[in-house]
Amino acid sequence: MRAWAIFKKELRVYFSSPIAYAVLTIFALISGWFFYNVFGFYVMASMQAAMNPMMARDMSIVEGVLRPLFQNMSVIMLLMMPILTMRLFSEEKKSGTIELLLTYPVRDGEVLLGKYLAALAVFAAMLALTLAYPLIMAWVTLLEAGPLATGYLGLLLQGAAFIAIGILISSLTENQIVAAVATFGTLLIFWVIAWASDSAGGSLGRVLSHVSLTEHFDSFSKGVIDTKDLIYYLNLTILALFLTLRSLDSKRWRG
Amino acid sequence: MIEVDRLTKRYGPVPAIQDVSFTVEKGQIVGFLGPNGAGKTTTMRILSCFMPASGGTARVAGYDVFEQSLEVRRRIGYLPENVPLYADMTVGAYLDFVANIKGIGRSERRRRVGEVLERCQIPDVRERLIGRLSKGYRQRVGLAQALIADPDVLILDEPTIGLDPKQIVGIRQLIKSLAGAHTVILSTHILPEVSMVCEAVIIINRGRVVASGPLDRLMQELSPTARVQVQVEGPPELVAQSLRALPGVQRVESRGAADGASTFVLEAERTRDVRREIAQLAAQQRWGLLELKALDLSLEDVFIRIVAGEEHEETMADEAAGSTEEVAS
Repeated sequence: MRAWAIFKKELRVYFSSPIAYAVLTIFALISGWFFYNVFGFYVMASMQAAMNPMMARDMSIVEGVLRPLFQNMSVIMLLMMPILTMRLFSEEKKSGTIELLLTYPVRDGEVLLGKYLAALAVFAAMLALTLAYPLIMAWVTLLEAGPLATGYLGLLLQGAAFIAIGILISSLTENQIVAAVATFGTLLIFWVIAWASDSAGGSLGRVLSHVSLTEHFDSFSKGVIDTKDLIYYLNLTILALFLTLRSLDSKRWRG
Repeated sequence: MIEVDRLTKRYGPVPAIQDVSFTVEKGQIVGFLGPNGAGKTTTMRILSCFMPASGGTARVAGYDVFEQSLEVRRRIGYLPENVPLYADMTVGAYLDFVANIKGIGRSERRRRVGEVLERCQIPDVRERLIGRLSKGYRQRVGLAQALIADPDVLILDEPTIGLDPKQIVGIRQLIKSLAGAHTVILSTHILPEVSMVCEAVIIINRGRVVASGPLDRLMQELSPTARVQVQVEGPPELVAQSLRALPGVQRVESRGAADGASTFVLEAERTRDVRREIAQLAAQQRWGLLELKALDLSLEDVFIRIVAGEEHEETMADEAAGSTEEVAS
């Protein structure tokens, strides 16, 4: 109930400042550019394949278009999400509005939930814009719903985890730039951490590859829902949100 | 309504407030007075549940600010010192949000927002962005958000700062009108404000309460005599003599003469007003009575006396400590 009030207020602030528009527009532009190129390449390849039956066997819209498109979109998310989350607590701390917010009769958890869901809603709007691409594809070719749905589920789960990490870091600093840079850095480390898994080898290598964001996204983009990946994203999200709650709470006893 | 018991707050080793104790009765308006850095804001932040105390307890409306913070927060309206508001929201949307978070139902909210804007004299800015408002308007929007849920207790940190004189009068009237139904604790630098608005005062200096109580009692304690200034046309010697002879007058001091009129300052017992007798005396003697006014101890005087008295005592204590040390060595 009170989380709903926070949610509405956060959405209002997102859309009355240029942040949401900027993020939505840039995300749509860049992902559109990727789609244009990936799909264009696929169209060229399929025209060649029409003359070469050997090649036609390997043509797959999932492998050829959806998978690279989802991979690219998750890279753009890596860049855009810190912008979306950086202001959530930092701005309140900097402008002092947190003083009023925390003296309203609302639990920290409700504040957090409202803010988190508002960022998630803006992110969902970002994803909704990209639904134009599968629509265009469906118009010219036969598209399977399954891999499409798992791809979007993967993006959504990944976005949920990104926002949770971003909101945690935003609760730790009052400087929005610092929040954005630190979030970006953290996400990037999670992204590339698996690169060391081969050289590390053994159980450490397995741990590193399991911690990595990329490894877990891959199966979704191929059209597979693996509970291992599902649990990974949910764990990461819940852990980050729990730590945010601790960070907010610490204000009350640390003073 | 507000009970504060030996409240202490330390930032690192430095205490911002130490052993602050006071109580505020229901329906009272209490002024919280002190120089900059005395600990007013710290105390108010603890009362509003924004930060915890390092020691001692504070109860608002019977609930502990630390243990039952949510219950306390349901019953207070708080206006922080620098009035932090969301610059990207309109006044109407912001107040609607505050009303919502304070649990006021949808249908009720619109009415409450209009009402509170009216009370704070800012119905014209409902659709304006808060970030574009002047300081005076922002201040009143801050007051509006504190009032919106009709809270039992209002905690106002310098509510009239940044307002123009006309607005100050309006806001003071507004605060005065809250007495009875609401308990108000407000901090201020402006001393006359306290005598105008508040029934009781808590004076704080360097983190400690140095005096508290009803305003008139405080004045009485600090200066048991009342002072009266008279300007009379008449033979100075005779006037001074006759004034001294009036019942209740303890001291007469000449403040010089000009154009045949001489000015005196009398000190008399506070319990009796000697002005009536002075007027009668002048009439009997056919002296021209040009001026007759009570010189009440101003709050500035009270404040300076208390704060200076404190410092005086402290230096004495320091010196005493120094001398014992010398003896010991």
